[in-house]
Amino acid sequence: MRKYEDKTNKQKKSYHTDRFYKSPTLPKLDVCSNSLFAMDLSSLASIVDIKDAYIQAGHMIVYINHTDNKKAISHMRDTRAYDFLVELSAIDYIKDQDGFEIFYEMLSTTKKTRIRLKCFLNKNDTIQSVCHIFAMANWSEREMFDMYGIKVKNHPYMKRILMPDDWHDHPLLKTYPLTGDESASWYEVDQIFGKQNRDKIGEELRDTARVDRYDTNRFSRLGHEVPKGVDITNGEPDTPIRYQEDGGSLLVTKFDKKPSKILDKRK
Amino acid sequence: MQQPNRLKPFFENISFDREDNTMVVNFGPQHPSAHGQLRLILELQGEEVIKAVPDIGYLHRGMEKMGENMIYNEFLPTTDRMDYIAATSNNYGFALTVERLIGIEAPRRAQAIRTMLLELNRIISHLFWLATHALDVGAMSVFLYAFREREFAMDLMEDYCGARLTHSAVRIGGVPLDLPNNWIDDLQKFITTLTEQIEVYEGLLTKNRIWRMRLENVGIITKKMAKSWGVTGPSLRGSGVKWDLRKEIPYELYGELDFDVPVSTRCDSYGRYLCYMQEMRESMKILKQLVPIYEQSNSDLMAKSPKYISPTKEQMMTQNYSLMQHFVLVTQGMRPPVGEIYVATESPKGELGFYINSDGSPYPYKLKVRAPSFWHTGLLQDLLPGHQLADVVTIIGNLNIVFGEIDR
Repeated sequence: MRKYEDKTNKQKKSYHTDRFYKSPTLPKLDVCSNSLFAMDLSSLASIVDIKDAYIQAGHMIVYINHTDNKKAISHMRDTRAYDFLVELSAIDYIKDQDGFEIFYEMLSTTKKTRIRLKCFLNKNDTIQSVCHIFAMANWSEREMFDMYGIKVKNHPYMKRILMPDDWHDHPLLKTYPLTGDESASWYEVDQIFGKQNRDKIGEELRDTARVDRYDTNRFSRLGHEVPKGVDITNGEPDTPIRYQEDGGSLLVTKFDKKPSKILDKRK
Repeated sequence: MQQPNRLKPFFENISFDREDNTMVVNFGPQHPSAHGQLRLILELQGEEVIKAVPDIGYLHRGMEKMGENMIYNEFLPTTDRMDYIAATSNNYGFALTVERLIGIEAPRRAQAIRTMLLELNRIISHLFWLATHALDVGAMSVFLYAFREREFAMDLMEDYCGARLTHSAVRIGGVPLDLPNNWIDDLQKFITTLTEQIEVYEGLLTKNRIWRMRLENVGIITKKMAKSWGVTGPSLRGSGVKWDLRKEIPYELYGELDFDVPVSTRCDSYGRYLCYMQEMRESMKILKQLVPIYEQSNSDLMAKSPKYISPTKEQMMTQNYSLMQHFVLVTQGMRPPVGEIYVATESPKGELGFYINSDGSPYPYKLKVRAPSFWHTGLLQDLLPGHQLADVVTIIGNLNIVFGEIDR
């Protein structure tokens, strides 16, 4: 039987997890426990709907609707002194919730506090660009599109940023394979020679860094050189190697160790 | 996709508004002063830049994807390859994030060593910046002098961890080794040398007419622009914003150290140069203060937390359960609590942040690296227009961008 592969999550998984192991959770504090955050939150609540809010690891995390992202960010910048949008990216929850979570990490240099605005975006929805509020979002949103395929509306230059233009798929999705997939390596073999000849032809070599130790046509074997193209599958002929230096080098005629200075200690 | 031909070469869908006789110049990706694989598509009117489009991604290795498929300890050496000029700052940023996630703190001696390494790395990075920047602008001798001192600093790094560039000198929970014998003496010798040599660099540059003409009023980043583009580090302080995470939101031992944050209100390349030079002096000041802290600390190097951190070698070799614990931590990896965390540290380039979203498994569910240079490069598209072509080189060099961390 063919081994079952989870197509919705091709990422690496732990080979063993204890059935009775329950992960602890980073404590979530109530927003009221910090007066600065409480004021920020009540101010934000007067502008947009708040779905959830708590403090975790010293950051206030606020869940909002994805349509309110521009309103919330410009409000936090203009009235709550959050003058930096530090980071912006998405988290892939397609398998469980059929969408992404997008987070906006903001920093206030006057209050020395950090908040994270989060919103949920369905897989096929688009989100409004915030790059007219914070120019840094220009590149972050391009990266987000490149890595997750999330389309951003009203972005001045929506184009891949790290991957090549003609790249297929988005690499940070959980469905993106970690190695080239198996069917692709047989595709050309099947097309040209037919499926029945798979045994004779063999898999297409798709890893260009792979070195076949018996391939004497394309790879030279350092220290064990044989003439090009010799078949060495049944042992290799002994090829003596002579170095120019054996019996005196052609270039160095006279080398006197005395005048050269050997340091006892590094300077 | 486009159909490129001889008359319409491949320009990756970049549309330039061509009203009059302007020229499109492809700067990089292989250009000595691009500081890595930066491609800039410049539209020139005479020698003046009218439009600039930075193009990155030539060094993209998928660090975040790798991080999501490695256990936490496995990913740490990979972080070296981001900002490879100051590798320890990356190692440390990641280690600190994981430490905060699992709720442990490194022992005091480890903290002292880490802070020393961080500051030494800052000096290495700043010397490298000074050397290459001066070389770009045309001051060859500064390059040679600064590289000499950088070599001494890298010797110190080599004496500590064996590596000169990719250190991996920090572990999650502490440091692997104590400082070798005489390291502190060598460090103090190095500080003495550098204190003298910084005077030499400044003597060559600060009042140099050519240097000032090339740097003054070139690459003006206003306060508003810097905040909007997420500019951090010396570039932000060069724009008159006194913001240094070491001072404002202290981590490690910075809270108890006495140092100043140099700020310049000039907003131009020259102001940033002044900040960088002063920052090296502050780093030396910090290093000097760390020596007594190191000497007074007891010899613990790794935090003790059997659930997450491997026991010491001695324990592992004598206690059966410690060996089992180590085996589980190496083969399966630690399982941090469920939750999300963002921790930022002040790397030599700016705010280096790691965002980790953990679902309780040994692999992070999401790992995002906030590399400061990424936005310093993005800023070029707003900063370059209006400058001369020769200033492009000055500005790129001055912003201290490193492609390992931009492309990740």
